[in-house]
Order: sequence, then structure tokens, then C-alpha cells
Amino acid sequence: MSDLEALVLQAETDFSAAADAVALEQVKARFLGKSGTLTELLKGLGKLDPDARKTIGAAINIAKQKVESALEARREALRYAALEARLAEESLDVTLPGRGHSKGGLHPVTRTLERIEALFRGIGFDVADGPEIETDFHNFTALNTPENHPARSMHDTFYLEGACDVMLRTHTSPIQVRYMQAHVARHAGAATMPEIRIIAPGRVYRVDSDATHSPMFHQVEGLWVGESVSFADLKGVVSDFLHRFFEADRLDVRFRPSFFPFTEPSAEIDVAFPSGPLAGRWLEIAGCGMVHPNVLRHCGIDAERHTGFAFGFGPDRLTMLRYGINDLRLFYDGDVRFLSQFR
Amino acid sequence: MKFSEKWLREFVDPAIDTQALSHLLTMAGLEVEELDPVAAVFHGVVVAEVLTVAPHPDADRLRVCCVNAGGEPLQIVCGAPNVAAGMKVPCATVGASLPGIEIKRAKLRGVESNGMLCSARELGLSEDHGGLLALPADAPVGADIRHYLDLDDNAFVIKLTPNRADCFGMLGIAREVSALTGAPLCVPDVVAAPVTLTEVLPVSIEAPDLCGRFSGRVVRGVNAGAATPEWMKRQLERAGMRSISILVDISNYVMLELNRPNHVFDLDRVQGGLTVRWAREGEQLVLLNEQTITLTPDCGVIADTAGVESFAGIMGGASTACTLDTRNVYVEAAFWQPDAIQGRARRYAFSSEAAHRFERGVDFADTVVGVERVTQFILELCGGEAGPVDDRITALPLREPVRLRPLRVSRVLGLPFGDDAIEACLQRMALPFTRDGNDFIVQPPSWRFDLRIEEDLIEELARLHGYDNIPTHPPIGRLAMPELSEGRRSASNVRHLMADRDYQEVINFAFVERRWEKDFAGNDTPVVLANPIASQMSVMRSTLIGGLVDNVVTNRRRQLDRVRVFEIGRCFAHEAQAVPVPGFAQTLRIAGLAWGAAQAEQWGATARPTDFFDVKGDVEALVLPYQAAFAPARHVALHPGRSASISLNGHVFGFIGELHPELVQRYELASAPLVFECDLEPLLGSAVPAYQTVSRQPAVRRDLALLLPRSTPLSQVLEGLRSASPAIVQDIALFDVYQGKGISDNEKSFAFRIVMQDTQRTLADAEVDATVDQLVMYAQREFGAKLRA
Repeated sequence: MSDLEALVLQAETDFSAAADAVALEQVKARFLGKSGTLTELLKGLGKLDPDARKTIGAAINIAKQKVESALEARREALRYAALEARLAEESLDVTLPGRGHSKGGLHPVTRTLERIEALFRGIGFDVADGPEIETDFHNFTALNTPENHPARSMHDTFYLEGACDVMLRTHTSPIQVRYMQAHVARHAGAATMPEIRIIAPGRVYRVDSDATHSPMFHQVEGLWVGESVSFADLKGVVSDFLHRFFEADRLDVRFRPSFFPFTEPSAEIDVAFPSGPLAGRWLEIAGCGMVHPNVLRHCGIDAERHTGFAFGFGPDRLTMLRYGINDLRLFYDGDVRFLSQFR
Repeated sequence: MKFSEKWLREFVDPAIDTQALSHLLTMAGLEVEELDPVAAVFHGVVVAEVLTVAPHPDADRLRVCCVNAGGEPLQIVCGAPNVAAGMKVPCATVGASLPGIEIKRAKLRGVESNGMLCSARELGLSEDHGGLLALPADAPVGADIRHYLDLDDNAFVIKLTPNRADCFGMLGIAREVSALTGAPLCVPDVVAAPVTLTEVLPVSIEAPDLCGRFSGRVVRGVNAGAATPEWMKRQLERAGMRSISILVDISNYVMLELNRPNHVFDLDRVQGGLTVRWAREGEQLVLLNEQTITLTPDCGVIADTAGVESFAGIMGGASTACTLDTRNVYVEAAFWQPDAIQGRARRYAFSSEAAHRFERGVDFADTVVGVERVTQFILELCGGEAGPVDDRITALPLREPVRLRPLRVSRVLGLPFGDDAIEACLQRMALPFTRDGNDFIVQPPSWRFDLRIEEDLIEELARLHGYDNIPTHPPIGRLAMPELSEGRRSASNVRHLMADRDYQEVINFAFVERRWEKDFAGNDTPVVLANPIASQMSVMRSTLIGGLVDNVVTNRRRQLDRVRVFEIGRCFAHEAQAVPVPGFAQTLRIAGLAWGAAQAEQWGATARPTDFFDVKGDVEALVLPYQAAFAPARHVALHPGRSASISLNGHVFGFIGELHPELVQRYELASAPLVFECDLEPLLGSAVPAYQTVSRQPAVRRDLALLLPRSTPLSQVLEGLRSASPAIVQDIALFDVYQGKGISDNEKSFAFRIVMQDTQRTLADAEVDATVDQLVMYAQREFGAKLRA
């Protein structure tokens, strides 16, 4: 090994041994400083003859470059180690929770209503609304339930003091009436009346209170009136809805004859789940039927030309079945521990 | 409607089992609510006679009986208090099996016992466990009790819809089952009684709009003390009625059998004849149930010369009721007009079997059959002699024929329904019809009040065909895109915004305590319910705040210390011109409440209570893209110095503030919640964004701190500065407020950031400085502001 090679090796060893930047600079001076070994060698070149100066000079320069690059490498290594040390110092406990505002949530019945709306909008239904203090005409008479009709006793109605012809609506069906009247007025004079496809969610009121009845609860009314709407279509829409709502293809749905003054033929809708705590039991879930011609006529619709179906679901009951809630009263109790489970 | 399966099968006996029958009824619209065997499952129980009863040597409460159960006399130990020699009782013999008990030979306190004497409960007949079930004296010893008491039977309870009043009797249900199954209908044989008296009670019908038909007859010489036969008692009991006395039982039996309500008057207590008329104002009547009612002129009555005897079609009166001593009777069966009966019993807060049927409609063709059926039983069971039936018809309902068009049937049901199928259905339902071209002209029967129009018949066809057999097909409709206004958002969007800002949605009752209306709305004239369910739910809310505060109260009780809730709901107020229901404004409003710490407790953030500006920030976010204005405003429920009105374009639509300290104390909230409430409608408007060119020139920012008198509201200063700014000022925003050390007590400092920019050129320093100077001078002049050093 030549002296120069030994020198380079020595420099590399010494640089590696330098523990920090200061030590490294001191080591550097020994090789590359004003009186460093390599500097001295270069100074000595002048005494040599030109040929030797050329070859030896070149060799020294190569050695010097090697030393310099070893120095640079060591500097970089030290800088990197220092950065690593600092970053290690700065590290966080990433398992600590995030900061800031938490999120509130919707009422479980609202969740259900939003799902119902989304499903029906998907097949072209609009969403309608109506007043909760309703006239006797809209709540009963226009729905083919004249005064003293025995069907009125099916509804225990809240009345208002000092006002005999108004009440808290007992169902969302009066929205049907209001919507149909407005629809007829809007399209008066047109050759064909466009179809009516609406759902009408809302709060309704009945004088009843226990574990399965609340004096205020929700209903969603549905209505489709057109020139060729049949009971088979009603079965199609309602079955489709129930399967989509519960996300259960194997849900059993049945239609059972029943009576409502404002539909004829009328049906109750029962569902039975294939599994779960209520498996196999028929659960009454909605009422429906073909809109009674008297109702269509009350709203100014030609009952000969148009037919329609209507249905009424209880979103509270749908919510209970969907989430396995066993007490209706929880919905109206404002208990945040309960409500916040439905974020 | 409750009834025995066996009784039904006497009328119609289709070859299907009990479960299939139940399913058939349910799927035909006669929903079976309950179906229970009339007795428990057991065997080995026979009729026995107690021969002797002796005390048990070692037990006070037990007796040692000698019993004849059909073979050798048996020794049986019995603990029932009513056991007595000579009585007939059910006896479970050795080897018998009862629910939970296998009868074996046993020793009870050292005495051998070879069986068990039974109570009604032990046989699953009723809950009666007071003593042994006493059987009639003529019960045949040794007979199987199941056979003797006819216990292999089931009790059905069906829930009848108001249109099917014809099924309030066995005959009606039987007609239905016959139509559904094709099994023949066996109507009981009603034999006209031999008329051996000539007497006719004078009857006058003054009100045909009350009574369409009145049939009756005199029967004399009856024994009202006769025993009701066991079979009749059994049918009554299995229909949920108690046996009372022979005449009452016969009357009820015929009502259940033929769905023919009727009445039996004690003839000797009727003064003169009977008059059917509307009541006179103030007339009083003591009913059979001993309730005294004061009648109004829209109530029908049957009166005699002494006064009102009966609440027509609803309930008989006490004064002419039969007793065990009654000898002579008047049997009556009438047709009462449904609208003359409807709602009357409910008005007096009671109901009756008769009213329930008449207000829905009872067959008007069978009054005479009803009188004959009652007479038949009276003569057979109580003896006596009958006078002629006096049948008066004044006004019977019309039964207009109904046109049924096969094409319409197919269109409404959505399945092809051929002429043959229609004809077969009508025949099975025994509905008479003729043909008119393609159409069927159907004659509804006198007992069906629900078959008036074509749709009613279509429903009958659908029921008979089976709803299950109607196809379920996806509907066909014309497709059209919905309107989707970008300038409007839904209530649902607003709900999500609130939820995203850490509010939990609640749904509170719309009826509230009267006090809440006073406390939270200063409302002395709320909309009041006439029939509230409870006093704390007696008035309709005009504000949502009461409910939200109550949510805090209940959640605090459940140990929560931070509650943030909101609700969207209608608020109610009297308003003569309101739309759409005159007299009542019903505005949709949204309210929010924040109580407790501003943020949920967390590490690394200093806990501080929610304040006015937290909630104001929520409201501002809700109103975006618009800027709401807030002005100091008093509100009855809010801290007067910490409350504001919320307005948009000069229109006030809500309020915000800290709950009034007195209410905080009254509702024991420990600290003050921040609340806001506003109309929902203004929040649903949302502008379609309009693009403005972004300047490429550099913006210059200058900060400006002004000392102002403490009472000067920021909004004035900000508006003033903005109005005084030249066009190059793009934005002026507050970034700091300071009061305290370093400035005088009656001063405060506002620090503003002023951003200046031109769309075409770079601003010169001189121009920027001049603009700032101009604003400072303006503030000095207008508000007495000083530049803060």
C-alpha cells in the first residue's frame, strides 16, 4: 500500500471516529487544514521535477478528493443522525384522541323518515306537508268519514277549546286531500292531469298513551293517482319498499282485507322477519287500499278516469323494528344517552 | 266478537281444521285476534258424586271424601272449602293427566287418596280456584267431563272492522265462511209460535227517521225463574257473556245467534202502550245499568204513558226490565236507523251490544224472525202463550242495485277477472244478480250495509279471490326528472347542519304545560286542548324552548353535564287570518339549546362554558350563505343584556340569548343554557353562487387598532368603516377585542384587518397609507375613536 492510500484510509477511519460536527472539523484540520498532511504534501510538490510533479500531483489530488468526499459523507451522516435524534424527541402519542367539536345526531325516527323519503323519491314520489291542526273536513269528511261515522271512534281525537270544527290531525291522510285539491287546481284546463305521486310524513295525534301508544306519533302517507293505477301496483310498491327499507330480500309481506273509510278495497299490511327475536310472527305494519271514489270526487278528480292507491305507515314502528327498540316512549323522552346511539 | 268454534260449525262445517279456519277468517278481513282452547289439555276426568265427607285426622283444612266416579267408591282427600256430600264434581281418577299434574294413588298426611276433585282452574276453564267446580245435579256419574261439558272446543276472538257489522252474530260469520269455502250454510229452523192470544200492545211510531221497523208480540204466563239450560249458558260464556236469567239469556242468545238485537219488556210494568219518538229536552231515564241520563232531542226513546222506558236501540230502562217474578212480557225487535244511534252512547260515556250493532246497521228484514226466535225459546224454556206478531214498517233503507263492470274490476285490481269468475264469486256470496250486457247488476242483501258502490263489490271479489292471489307487480309510470331547486334546501339539510355542529335532534310533544308557555313565551292565551291527556300536556306550544329546557332538566337528572339539543317542529298560535287553517298559525320553527361546556371534555383544550358567541356562530353557519343581523332585543325568557333578535334583510325571524337567570333558578339548571329559535322557512332559501373575477394583483393588509367608547356596538363601527371605504378596500374584519389593563375603564379596543387590492394594478404605498388615514379620520369623527398606540 502506498503512503497516499494509507493516508486516505487513516482519514476515513479518523472521520468515522469523530462523534460530532466539532470533532469532525478538528480531524479535518489534521488532513486538509493549513498545515494538514495533504496540504503539506501539495506544498512539497514545488520541489519536484515537472514530470514527477505531474504524476505525483495527480495522485495527491485524487487522495485529496477521496478525503474530501469521506469528510462530506461523514458530515451528512452526522447531520442525519442529529435530525433523527431531534425527530425522535418530537414524536407524539398518536393514540391520543383527536380534538375539537364532536358531532351531534339525528333522531332515530328522522333517520327512518329520511330513508323512506329517499326510497320513494327514487321512484318519482314528491314529499308533501300539511297542517297539524286540521279541519274536520280535511281530517274526516273529505276522507269519506262523515260525522257520527263509527270509523271516527277508531280515532280518539284531540279537540281544541272554543273551536268545534278543528282538531289535531289523527292521521296524515288529510295531506292527501290538500295535495289533490291543489294539484287539480294547478292543472285545471289541461287535457290530462299529470299523475300524483307523493308521500307525506308528519306528526299525528291521538288520545292514547301506554308502552305501545304515544299521544303524538308519526305517520307517512303515500298516494299514487293516475289513469291506470291498480291494487297489484299497490302490492308491488309496498312490498318493494318494505324489502328495501329492511334490506331483507327474504322478508314475508302479506296483504289482508281490512277497512278504512277512505279506501276501497282496503288492506292491512303484515310483515314477518325470517330471523331475529320476532322471527316468523306476522306484525301489522301499515294500512292501505285503493283511494275511495268519494275521496277522489271530494278533491275534484274524475273517479271514473282515475284510480289511485294510498297507504299509511307508522315510522315509529318501522324504527323500532329496524333498530330493535322495545319501548315507543323512548322516542319522546329526550334522553340523550338513547338518542345519541343513532349518529 | 267472541264465539265458540263448535257453535260456528253448527251453522257451517267446512272440512278444514281450526288453524286453517283461523287463517281463512284472518285473510278474509275477519282478523282472528285470539284463538284459545276452552279448556286445558287433560284426560281421565269424569263426573263424580261426593257420597260422604269426613274430617281428615291430621289436617284441619283437608277432608276425606268417598266418591262415586262410576265404579267402586273411591276415597279421595280434598282441600276445597265447598266440598259437600251429594254434590257433583269433576274427578280426576288415577292415571289421569292434567296440566302439570299426573294423578297417582297417593297418601296425603297419611290418608290414602285415589284421585283429585277439580276446580275450574285446574281444568283450564277459568281462573276460578275458589272451590270445586259444581256440576248440575243431573250430570251423569262416570261420564267423561270433556264430553259432558263439551270441552273439545275453541274460543275465537275476531276483530271486526266497522263495515262488517253483519258478522256480530254467528249467522253472519257462517255466511262468510260458507262463501269462502263453499260449505253449505245451515240456518237454524225458526218455527213460528202458535198464536193463542189475540192481545196486541198498542204501538205508535212517531219518528220514522229514528225507527224504520218495529215488530213485537205479547207473551203471557212465562216462568221467568226457570233455569237457563247448560248448552245456552255455555254458548253465552264462550261468547264472553255471563248467564243472568232465562229471559235475559234468551234475548242475548238470539242477538249472538242471528245478530238480531231485541228487547224483552216486563209487560205488567208498561203503562198503556209504547210510543217510539225523539226525546224531549231534559227527559230523564234510568238505564238497565242503573246509570241515570238526561236526554236531548236527538236521542231516540221508547216511552209509555208514564214516561221514557228505553233508550231506543241502545239500552233498555230499569223501570220495565224483567225480573225473576215477571209473568207477562212484550218481545220487541226493531230496525233503528244507524244515524239515529251513531255516537249517542259514546256521548254518555258507555257502550252497549245493541248500540254497537245498530249504529253500524242491523238486518232490517229479520225483525219478525227475531221475535219468533225469542218466542220459540221462551215458550220452550219458560212456557206461556203468545199473541200475534205486530209488525210495523215505516221507513226501511233502500238497497239500490249496484252495477259491476268486469273491465273495471280488472282495472282496479290489476288482474284479469273473467265473467265466469265474477259469476262464481257472486253465487258463493249468495248475492243475487242479473246481467245487463257485459255488466252484472247486483242486489245487495238487507244485512250488508257496506255494499253500496261498485268498489265495494270489487273488494268482495278480491277478498273471495284472495288478496294473496292478486299479483304483486312493479308499477309503470311516466318518468320525469324532479324539480331540484339549487336556490333552496330542505329541512333535512338544516337538520344535518345542526347535527354536524354537535347538536342532538330531539322530538318533543307539541302539547306542553301551560306554565311553559308563560315562562318561555310570555303567552297567556295559548291554544288549549279541550281533552288533554294530562294537565302537563294541556296547551299547544308556541315555542320549542320549553321542551328543550325540559330536555336539559331530565338529562341533568341522568347525570349528564353537557346537553346540546335541537328540534324542528310546528309552533301554534291564535291567528284569525292564518293559512291554511283559519284561526291557527302553525309555523315550522327550529330551536337549539347548548348547556354546559363549549366543547365535550377533552385533553389539551381548556374547558370553558358555552357562551352567547358560540351559539351565535352556530346560527350564522345555519344562515349561510346569507349574513343574519343581530340586534339587542329583549325576550321574556332571556337575560336582558344577553339577548338579540335575528333578522335577514330587515325581517326579524328569531331570537337568541342566554336563558334568564330567574328561569335558570326556577328550573334548577345550575348554569344558564344558551338558546336560539327561529322560523325555519328563511333558512331554506339558499342563493345559487355567482362567480366574481379573482384579482391577479397583490393584496395589501394593514391592521388598525381603534380605542372606542365602551358602549359603541361593533356593528355600527364596522358598517361605518365599510361605507366610508373606497373601492380598493376588499374586506374589513375584526380580529381582536380588548378591554382592561393599559386602556381606560370606559374604553375598549377593536383591532381590524383591512385588505386592499385593485383588480388592474399594484397599489402604491402612498395610496394605501392615505386610505388607512381616511378610515382613521372617519372613525375619529363619527365615533370619537382614537388610534391605539
